[in-house]
Amino acid sequence: MSDTTVKLTDAQIRRRMLAEFWFYFSRNRGAVVGLVVFVLLVFMAIFADFIVPHNPILPYEGMAKLPPAWAEGGNPSFLLGTDAIGRDMLSRLIKGSQYSMFIGVVVVSIALVGGIVIGLVAGFFGGWVDTVIMRVMDVILAFPSLLLALVLVAVLGPGLINAMIAIAIVYQPHFARLTRAAVMSELRRDYVAAARVSGAGNLRLMFKTILPNCLGPLIVQATLSFSSAVLDAAALGFLGMGAQPPAAEWGTMLAEAREFITSHWWIVTFPGLAILISVLAINLMGDGLRDALDPKLKRS
Amino acid sequence: MLRFIFSRLLYLVPTFLGITIVAFAFPRLLKGDPVLLMAGERGVTPERHAEISAQLGFDKNIVLQYFDFVGRLFQGDFGNSLVTKKPVLSEFLTLFPATIELGFVAIVIAALVGVPIGVLAAIKRGSWFDQLSMSAALVGFSMPIFWWGLLLIIVFSGNLGWTPVSGRISLMYYFPNVTGFMLIDSLLSGQKGAFLSAVHHLILPSVVLATIPLAVIARQTRSAMLEVLGEDYVRTARAKGMPARRVIGVHALRNAMIPVVTTIGLQIGVLLAGAILTETIFSWPGIGKWMIDSISRRDYPSVQSGLLLVAGIVMLVNLLVDLTYGLINPRIRNK
Repeated sequence: MSDTTVKLTDAQIRRRMLAEFWFYFSRNRGAVVGLVVFVLLVFMAIFADFIVPHNPILPYEGMAKLPPAWAEGGNPSFLLGTDAIGRDMLSRLIKGSQYSMFIGVVVVSIALVGGIVIGLVAGFFGGWVDTVIMRVMDVILAFPSLLLALVLVAVLGPGLINAMIAIAIVYQPHFARLTRAAVMSELRRDYVAAARVSGAGNLRLMFKTILPNCLGPLIVQATLSFSSAVLDAAALGFLGMGAQPPAAEWGTMLAEAREFITSHWWIVTFPGLAILISVLAINLMGDGLRDALDPKLKRS
Repeated sequence: MLRFIFSRLLYLVPTFLGITIVAFAFPRLLKGDPVLLMAGERGVTPERHAEISAQLGFDKNIVLQYFDFVGRLFQGDFGNSLVTKKPVLSEFLTLFPATIELGFVAIVIAALVGVPIGVLAAIKRGSWFDQLSMSAALVGFSMPIFWWGLLLIIVFSGNLGWTPVSGRISLMYYFPNVTGFMLIDSLLSGQKGAFLSAVHHLILPSVVLATIPLAVIARQTRSAMLEVLGEDYVRTARAKGMPARRVIGVHALRNAMIPVVTTIGLQIGVLLAGAILTETIFSWPGIGKWMIDSISRRDYPSVQSGLLLVAGIVMLVNLLVDLTYGLINPRIRNK
């Protein structure tokens, strides 16, 4: 039968894997909706400066607290109304997507890279290296994440960049633990022994041989962390420790809007809705990714 | 079992030491001279500066300072607040019951609503109830609770006028602080309406705080239930002709509850983080709001000790969850 087996090139294998992934991912309707919304958000974030109808940080004189266009007293040129000092709501929300996507990407990248390196080292070398590293991770995990992030921001000083660093530090142990667990189970496999026998060095073993086989759970965790990062950064902004006014970050916008909650509903409602929709879209996507990447669920 | 408890406790020692190091390092990592920071805008004379430094032990070797710090912790000395000058520990203990009360009611709501939803969703897998409740759970899980709190205030306090916006009880009532728990104290006082007023104040904050744990518990219960329903012993029970109610209630639910109880226990960290936001929104005088206020007032001894105490509490609760788990499940215990 050997003459009927087809030898696939690497590119073909990759294409088949992608097709299989899409097959499982697309069976989850929510995940597809989440993906579409997420792509729209990314698009909005990248082209924010071109699609905003008004300057997001410029107050328009005499236009303060205008309700949305469809409500009584609304102005059609300010579709979602204006905030307390007359800045266009819609433009600020669009600009805000840029902050949120940027926060998500930066936080997840730092936490992912840091966690992978730390987890690989701990899992690969084991022994006291592993013990020391994992105890340090335990310490970070002992603090409620938002509290630790707040305190780190207090040390680093309030601001968007410091908030992102703080959140990334707090998230990083999750990636380290996942990587370590995956590495430890992969290390016992024959293919690793084979690579070692054929002379692969430690670095090659870690990054080239083992890491690609641990990616599934890491991708799922990265998606979940992306949405938590958006949420936590907004919470820090809301508490005055994240992006600083007049930045159009959604959490910061909410903090400024607090005093108008009973009088001008739209100033409070829209930024929160934007946070909810983004986080929900990413979580929906995460559920689909887990279905598609977790082999245990695939079989059932 | 004793060995299990002992090994768990031993396991916590390095984590606890790590927590003390983090708390110890915190004021020393802040930019600038801690003594000047504490003095605030008025500044200090060089003599006073040296005096305060000596008083706080900043002039000693850093390792000695650390041992000093830990030694004082074991004597219950967590330092004094810079703002109120009172011992931090006593401030913490006065405010902590408010947070426990809020958190406890929230977790009870989350469990009482979340578990039945999860069970029903699992039994009626694929039904409209399953789809609707799991969509709702995902929305709850994604909720920015600081905004959710504001929305509920708009609707229930603003438009409907049903609930108060802040505080723990109406100013009309005054009674001695016996337990620190408003629900109990108001009952003990015997004043008409006091208990209802306390419930009124508690309801919105606890619903807000319950949102995320509720969603997590409902999702977890559903998946644990689905897993158990597929087990052989459930099929056997069904095959024996046992009524469905008994199969689900006795065989399935009890086994599905093990991971759910763990999930509920592990929500304590989520609750404490959520309490920071919830208490800020509702001006709830608990430790979450106190931490935020301490950070913004640069009251560093309070932040330092608060950090330590909160992490310690989370650690203890996790230990309790672990031990309960070992108690229910002998396989874990003997590993």
